[in-house]
Amino acid sequence: MIMEKLAFDYSGYNFRNGTDYELKFPKGLTKEVVERISKLKNEPDWMLEFRLNAYKFFLNRPIPTWGGDLSEIDFDSIHYFMRATKSMATKWDELPADIRATYDKLGIPEAEKKALSGVEVMYESESIYSSIKKELENIGVIFCDTDTAVRKYPELVKKYIGHVVSSNDNKFAALNSAVWSGGSFIYVPKGVRVPMPLQAYFRINAESMGQFERTLIIVDEGADVTYIEGCSAPVYSNNSLHAAVVEIIAHRNSHVKYITIQNWSDNIYNLVTKRAFAHENAFVEWVDANIGSRLTEKYPSVYMLEEGAKANIISIAFANKGQHQDAGAKAVHLASNTSSTIRSKSICVNGGRTSYRGLVKVIRGAEDVKSSTRCDALILDEISRSDTYPYMEVDEPSATITHEATVGKIGDEQLFYMQSRGLSEQDAVNTIVLGFMADFINELPLEFAIEFNRLIKISMEGAVG
Amino acid sequence: MAELKILDLDVNISDTKKIIKGLNLSVKGGELHVLMGPNGSGKSTLANAIFGNPKYIVKAGKIELDGENLLSLKVDERARKGLFLAFQEPVEVPGVNVMNFLRIAFGQLKPGDPQITDFRQTVVAYLKRFGLAEHFLKRALNEGFSGGEKKRFELLQAILFSPKIAVLDELDSGLDMDSVKTMAEAVREQLAKGTGILMITHSEKMFEYLKPDFIHIMVDGKIVRSGGSEIASELHSKGYAGLGG
Repeated sequence: MIMEKLAFDYSGYNFRNGTDYELKFPKGLTKEVVERISKLKNEPDWMLEFRLNAYKFFLNRPIPTWGGDLSEIDFDSIHYFMRATKSMATKWDELPADIRATYDKLGIPEAEKKALSGVEVMYESESIYSSIKKELENIGVIFCDTDTAVRKYPELVKKYIGHVVSSNDNKFAALNSAVWSGGSFIYVPKGVRVPMPLQAYFRINAESMGQFERTLIIVDEGADVTYIEGCSAPVYSNNSLHAAVVEIIAHRNSHVKYITIQNWSDNIYNLVTKRAFAHENAFVEWVDANIGSRLTEKYPSVYMLEEGAKANIISIAFANKGQHQDAGAKAVHLASNTSSTIRSKSICVNGGRTSYRGLVKVIRGAEDVKSSTRCDALILDEISRSDTYPYMEVDEPSATITHEATVGKIGDEQLFYMQSRGLSEQDAVNTIVLGFMADFINELPLEFAIEFNRLIKISMEGAVG
Repeated sequence: MAELKILDLDVNISDTKKIIKGLNLSVKGGELHVLMGPNGSGKSTLANAIFGNPKYIVKAGKIELDGENLLSLKVDERARKGLFLAFQEPVEVPGVNVMNFLRIAFGQLKPGDPQITDFRQTVVAYLKRFGLAEHFLKRALNEGFSGGEKKRFELLQAILFSPKIAVLDELDSGLDMDSVKTMAEAVREQLAKGTGILMITHSEKMFEYLKPDFIHIMVDGKIVRSGGSEIASELHSKGYAGLGG
């Protein structure tokens, strides 16, 4: 029995605004474009230099060919900068009505009231709204867009930007470093536990847009924070590009949980470098959901630099018609007694393709490392495809490394059993798919779990059997 | 009163492989029917055909519930009409939590039933009765269940959903005497509530605790003998061959 159609309900995200832009760069990327971005932001010289260096790396790097098909990306047909509003709002009312309506539809102001410690929203190239609870600000927690951070906290940004992901790490990290704009900057002081999550929401509204946010999170000793990012875009015929870089520095005994719910429309190339440095006994968690986009290449990584560091990386990928989710994780063990857990779940249907690509690396001398990886794929029909590419580089005999992979289909007997209990075929498939994703949903704060369940209200029309 | 009626039923498992040949049977609400027969006689095929398992092809005949022909209905539609099947080998469904599953199923099979408001308590009471611990609800559906747990969970559902007609496919096989007794009590209670039960079994153990209204002997796709409990003793002395098989 083959599911004819299984899709996440995207209708709530697919709406466009006729935004009057304050500023819109013509398409294409040159050195002048890089300089102009820097000038617009009144950046210090060191940042301009950072960008221009990165631009050279970008030009010299070839397009990677080891993963999905990137051959159709045309760097000359992308707008590298668009500004929607004159200034940053700190109250929702200050936003232009149409843009405000976008976020109302996405439910962000509502969520802020109920369940968040702070919100950052980015529209095209820049953050347009930013807020953090007063009591957190008073004890030194910083949560703002990264452009503001360059102005207000230059010493922190200068110290850490490019520290975890160098500008020459890969072609898209280089591109981001050259033309970055927006993104979140977080600093949590020693011993501070941020009680509710901080959230960012990235929205691409325009066609042929490039969004290059840069996120930098510094969590000081013994501090704790959860950060959630969501993203979406309307459906267009021309492709847009989202190439972000996220760097996390987790100091001794700190805990960071970074949750992504990526729900891009299927004309977006989503090529993101996410990496964390975990110091002594720090615990870094990536919870990464990739539901939309045309092609995603994203492997949240944790480099465990000092003893006792821990990593937990959970990802979920859903690939529908015309989509390829090439996602996974990297756990790099550079010190003794470090441990990592990687769990990946993927679902493909209607010709979609999911690839798990992961790296577990243990250097010689990093003793008593433990790492376990588990990848589960659910393939819902004969025309969809799922692959697993687990790379192991283990140079230390005391390491305990496990890897398990399963590939499942929904069996006729499972459907028969569930239908005999009154569930329609569609309900049965939904229940199995949601059950398959339960490990992921359990990682979300309650309010977001509810939102996620709503988002993945899977609609299936017509089943042939 | 509810009635499941099977008329001149022919069932194949492929275009040419005939399993059931001209079978007739009627099960009314509150009646206990026992269907016995040697391996391969078509008992489980009959259960699957009643529920519309797409692997089984009905070539001729009718299956009616309260006068309505079920053959054009999908599996879940038949279930919502009030049919229940306790599976001989319930399939494992990883990731689907028992409690969630019961809640969804109950919502479909018993719309508007007030028990849904205190549903968890209702279910926990049933679990106790069948000797299952509360953490059972957190497990994945049928996954890693022992043989006994599978049987008890199937019967629990039969009682919870309280259908018009329940088909119990070899629910007693592989159970110890105490479990058979618990099961028999539950069946008796469900009969009193008006459910008609068709019990497929291999063993006569059950007759120590339950008096069937009818015993049917199925051989080679047909019912060759029907009657009251006297058939049990005949079967005991003569075997299936002696009963017309």
